[in-house]
Amino acid sequence: MTDLPRASRSAAKHTGLILLGLVMLYPVIWMVVSSLRPNNEIFRSPGLVPDSVQLSNYGDGWTALASPFGHYLVNSAIVVLGCVIGNLVSCSMAAYAFARLDFTGRKLFFATMLGTIMLPIHVIIVPQYILFSELDWINTFLPLIVPKLLATDAFFVFLMVQFIRGLPRELDEAARIDGAGHPRIFLRVILPLMVPALATTTIFTFIWTWNDFFSQLIYLTDPEMYTVPVALRSFVDSTVATSWGAMFAMSVVSLLPIFLAFLVGQRYLVKGIATTGIK
Amino acid sequence: MNAPAQLRRKRDNKAAFLFLLPWFAGLTLVTAGPVVASLVLGFTDYNLIQAPEFNGLENVRRMLSDERLHQALRVTFSYVCVSVPLQLAAALGLAMLLDRGLRGLAFYRSAFYLPSLLGSSVAIAVLWRQVFGAEGLLNQVLGLFGVEGRGWISDPRTALSTLIVLNVWTFGAPMVIFLAGLRQIPVMYYEAAAVDGASRWTQFRRITVPLLSPIIFFNLVLQIIHAFQAFTQAFVVSGGTGGPSDSTLFYTLYLYQRGFNNFDMGYASALAWLLLLIIAAFTALNFWVAKRWVFYDD
Repeated sequence: MTDLPRASRSAAKHTGLILLGLVMLYPVIWMVVSSLRPNNEIFRSPGLVPDSVQLSNYGDGWTALASPFGHYLVNSAIVVLGCVIGNLVSCSMAAYAFARLDFTGRKLFFATMLGTIMLPIHVIIVPQYILFSELDWINTFLPLIVPKLLATDAFFVFLMVQFIRGLPRELDEAARIDGAGHPRIFLRVILPLMVPALATTTIFTFIWTWNDFFSQLIYLTDPEMYTVPVALRSFVDSTVATSWGAMFAMSVVSLLPIFLAFLVGQRYLVKGIATTGIK
Repeated sequence: MNAPAQLRRKRDNKAAFLFLLPWFAGLTLVTAGPVVASLVLGFTDYNLIQAPEFNGLENVRRMLSDERLHQALRVTFSYVCVSVPLQLAAALGLAMLLDRGLRGLAFYRSAFYLPSLLGSSVAIAVLWRQVFGAEGLLNQVLGLFGVEGRGWISDPRTALSTLIVLNVWTFGAPMVIFLAGLRQIPVMYYEAAAVDGASRWTQFRRITVPLLSPIIFFNLVLQIIHAFQAFTQAFVVSGGTGGPSDSTLFYTLYLYQRGFNNFDMGYASALAWLLLLIIAAFTALNFWVAKRWVFYDD
């Protein structure tokens, strides 16, 4: 008797959830479909079944700006790669010190590090910009990458500290008895064990850097140096609502890496957010 | 006893210094250093070309009479105060629907989480511009039902709402945090309450909310700070202007315009510090109010 209402309630729930999911993702799916439509169809086809499929939007979009879109993809890839390496190296080093070393002022420094997690980039951008322009780094990737080499993404330092604290200290002690110093313990014992934390860091750094617009907009003003978000934005401004198809096509291209990262790294993403609350 | 301990501490200090060297450099040059520098520059007039010139409280005086700043504050406060509660309500509601043992949980979680990853991209902002445009997707769909739409983005009365919708759309990240929190609540509490005849609503109010309150609080603090920093979407949707009629002029967008369109660096630094103070005040207020409603089990 009680099974029937439960079954129908569960069916209703699943229907509701699927409907909601569809409504949420509908605009994105529609954008993908529309990128395959002729321009004049985009503004009168709210549906998902295209009358005709054509790839010309992709060709048009690819060559619509000063450089082929591939150029901006490469620029973004360079920035992302630099930021990922920077975060992995610098944050893991800082995390090892905070989690395992006993030094003067540790509590104070740790609190300072936590304090910088919530520091909005907007508050520091002006002096940062002045510094980097004094160094003649505007329109290079250095202002985007060098801060990551200096462990300024405190989120990841914190994530890694938490992870290292969960590793048994006996392992360090054993290595120490064998005569290993801290660099050796860090490289040979701790780093291999913290691969999950490194993976979480990699995937979040990848997605955030790929999406980052504010600092790339400020530091990259030469079209040669544009990354994908900045290029896409200049596309929007240069074409006054005439070539939505091409714009959608390049938007889809720019979202593809994020989507792939999401598919590959889901496990680490979910774990990462659940343990640290990052977005 | 004392000597070896001191010896070890000394050794660690040296190693710690080496391991923290990049972080120290980052702190001085990229994070804490610029915070202090911003404070100093906030009391100057500086255009990047001529040396900064102290002008006392001139920037503060300017803030008091700066109509666009007041508009930016209004826009930002409305955005934060409307979009964050809606976003968290959606996140909590969905997290509770996706409860233990639901078939396809991992799939649903991924589907609802995906917009959080996409939401801050320029590509989605481009999409939003189309969807909420006068001839956009939304109006096409409304047209199917015979409802006449409007230019949601070109109308100053609705432009901000489209950005609020966008923020609510990214409820997946707090939802995942809620899901993890809900797992920590023992099922037997609900079973015991059900035996005592407590309704679903009572169970929600008396069990879920108090036991989840630290997580709700955490999400609230985080999302408020996050919402204050919204920039990309308003910038792309309004073409960098904050329009129409400054209706999407987020604080960060105004700061960007002063600093990087006008190179009014002194005033921009003062604006940056005001933002820092506002966020700090909101966070402190949150912590203060939390004493009244956040429940810690231990």
